Parts: sequence; structure tokens; C-alpha cells
Amino acid sequence: MKKFFLILIFLNFNFIHVFSVEPDVFVQSTVNRASEILAKDISQEDKINKLKVIAKETVDIQGVGFYSLGSARKNLSEEEKIRYLQLFEDYFLKSFSSRLSEYTNPEIDVISKKVLSENYTIVNSILKETSERPEVKIDWRIYTKNQDNPLIRDLIIEGLSLARTQKEEFASILNSNNGNIESLFKTLKEFSSK
Amino acid sequence: MLKKLPIILISIFLLTLDANAGSDGELKIEKDPKKVKDCFKNLNRATFAFNQSLDKAVIKPLAESYRSLPDPIQKGTHNFVTNLSSLVTIPNNILQGDIKLAIINTARLAVNSTVGILGTIDVANQMGFPKYEKEDYGQTLGAWGVGPGCYVVLPVLGPSTLRDTTGSFMNVLGGDPYYNASVHGNNEYLSEGFYMATKAVEGIDFRSNNIESFDNLEINSIDFYASVKSLYLQDRENKISNVRKGNIEILYKNEEDWEEIDNN
Repeated sequence: MKKFFLILIFLNFNFIHVFSVEPDVFVQSTVNRASEILAKDISQEDKINKLKVIAKETVDIQGVGFYSLGSARKNLSEEEKIRYLQLFEDYFLKSFSSRLSEYTNPEIDVISKKVLSENYTIVNSILKETSERPEVKIDWRIYTKNQDNPLIRDLIIEGLSLARTQKEEFASILNSNNGNIESLFKTLKEFSSK
Repeated sequence: MLKKLPIILISIFLLTLDANAGSDGELKIEKDPKKVKDCFKNLNRATFAFNQSLDKAVIKPLAESYRSLPDPIQKGTHNFVTNLSSLVTIPNNILQGDIKLAIINTARLAVNSTVGILGTIDVANQMGFPKYEKEDYGQTLGAWGVGPGCYVVLPVLGPSTLRDTTGSFMNVLGGDPYYNASVHGNNEYLSEGFYMATKAVEGIDFRSNNIESFDNLEINSIDFYASVKSLYLQDRENKISNVRKGNIEILYKNEEDWEEIDNN
């Protein structure tokens, strides 16, 4: 009976081990998927739509959204949170895919990773040099709370965090409008419908 | 000396503002660049708009024309202005106590200026010298613990802080040997005009290397002014901490903001 429990525990451990996804493997596979789309001979619009699908699956859009809002999120009602997250998702997907779609056939190699905490691992990668631009270092902040489903929360390009930049943009809009969240909602809406 | 007087006065004025802005009259060491104040927001935004117009009308078209030059000319020009920047980097390496790097950069300057034909060929890089990192007086002041003070947007020159602007004045107050030789040196080859032209070419070279990045950033920003400000301050923060890109021990030391999301 004792052995039976040990076997069960062992099997359970292996099960977890087999199905947890390593953050570096996750990043490389995500990058490969995106590169494949960017290299395809399809319209810019099709590329953007396909990149949006990948972003929805691999980015923690809600987490990035709350981070970008900073301390202002604490003052939101439940109804405002729901509205914000919807507007943020539309804004984020448009902005993110539009930024990426400018690259044609990017070659990104994952080189290392560093576990920061139970929740975060940083994966270091390199966007290879081409005749038009030098090598670019890209770090990925991976949210690893659910090890079976790691998610991207930030991209740090040559030491510059996209999430932090976004957070400071949002703060600037709120500060210019006396903290009125409706002004941010309006700006996000306008951006998405451009 | 009379020529320098206005510069010294402006520097003192800026430093006084810096001290007052950061600490209600006391000089405080501001270590969190996220809290850099935008004390002159309205003026900064107006200057930013002016710079954008200037960029669209003059600088960007010049950068595009520069980019149409043959690659060897662009590369040679880039190497030439980068090599000249060593003259400011080396004293700053010393001021920051990095003597080893100062020696390496001096050797780099010597090799590139001679074998590399006035710096147009980066021979040192081909010889396996470590990657060159520019240093300036603003970074040195930051490394010494001087806070950034208020964020400012300078006409033509773009984003800065009061500390970094003060650092820039050090170049014309004797801190840049190239400026000294051009303006005060008795030689027939260099002049103040030549110095200014070199600086203009340096700016055009930088702009030409960032045309797509800036366009992309502008299109995808909901507040372009705030984006540029954030990126400038992050970049300066990294440079002052001497973050060699990818050094995650330094880059990712402030995790509270990220951990806080889950405690919502």
C-alpha cells in the first residue's frame, strides 16, 4: 500500500514535469510562429490579423492592462474594470501587431533565461543583425504562475521596457485630465478605431 | 572668459532649479528615475511640438538623403563621429573611476585615428577590442549621485534632464578636447564652424539610423511626448547604472510593480 502511494506521487510528479512548459522553449516557439507569419507573402492586414491571434494566446493581456494602469486601477469600479479591459485589449492587439508587422522575416534566437521569482522568468534573446539594422537584444518577461501556460507580460528591447513606456503614457493622459478615467477610455477607443 | 560667462550662469541657474525642483530647496539625491518631474510640462510640450515640426521639415529629409549615400560613406561618417566621441568618453571613464576602460578607449582612439584613417574605419573593433560604450558628463554626474532634476525638452536637441543639460555644458567649458582644439586651438584645420558641422552630422547620422523606429513609435503611441520621455529616461537610467545590455541582475531589481498586479 505504501508503495502504491509512492508510485502515485511519482507519477503525479512526472505528469507535472512533462506538461510544464519551459519559458525559453515557449518564447522560441512563439517567435517561430510569428516569424513564419511575417515571412509569408500575404497582405499587411492578413499578417496583422494572424499576429493578433498569436498575441491573444501568448500574452497576458489582462495582466499587462492592469500593470499599464498603475495605481489608477485601485479606484476603478468593477464595471469600469470590465470596460477598461475590453478597450485595452483592442488597443493592445492593434498596437502590438502593428509594431511587429514592420519586421520582415526576423530571426530571433533565445540565448538564456533567468528565474526572477515564482511568478517571473526573464528570457534573453537576440534579433539577428541584417544589412539594415544592427543586432537587437530583446528580453521577455514571462509570467510563470501557471507553469503549464506561461504568458508574456513585457518585452524589453535594448533595456527599454514596452510595458513601462505604456504605463507612463497612460499616466500622462490621466494626469493631463485630472485623473479622469473616461479620458483614457476615449483615447484608447480613438486609437483602436483609427 | 566673457564668452563662457553666459554658459556658466545658465549652468548655475539650471543646477539651482534642479536642486529646488527635487527637494524644496535642499539638494536631494534622486535615485528613482521613474519619479523625474516634468516641471516645465507646458513649455516642454510646446518645444516638443516645435522639434517635431523641425524634424519633419528639415532633419528627417536630411536623414533620408544621408541614407541614400553609398554604404561605405555612411559607415565611414558614423565611425568618424563615434571615434571623436571617445575624446569625451575617456575623461568620463576616468571621472567614474574606470581607469581600465579609459586605457582601452585611449588605445581604441589611437588605433582608429591612425590605422583607421582619422577614425573612418573601426580597426579596433576588427582587432577584438570590447564593444565601445559612450560616456558623457551627465552620466558621470549621475554616477556621482546627482539626481536628474526636472525633465526638459531642448529646442533642436530634444529630450534631456537638468542634470544632463548641465553635463552637456561641460563639453564647452573645457571638457571636450575636440571643442577646445576647434575653438581655442591655433590651427588652420579646425574651427568653431567645423565643430558645429561635426555635431550636426552626428545628429543626422543618429536620425538616419532610427527613421523606422521613430515612425513606428509615433504611429503606435497614444501620447508620443510621454513615450519619448519614458524611453529617454529609461535609456539614461540604464546608461548611468552602466547596464551592459542583458545584465538582468541590474535591470530587473524593482519588481514591486509587477508583483502588485496579482495582489489586486
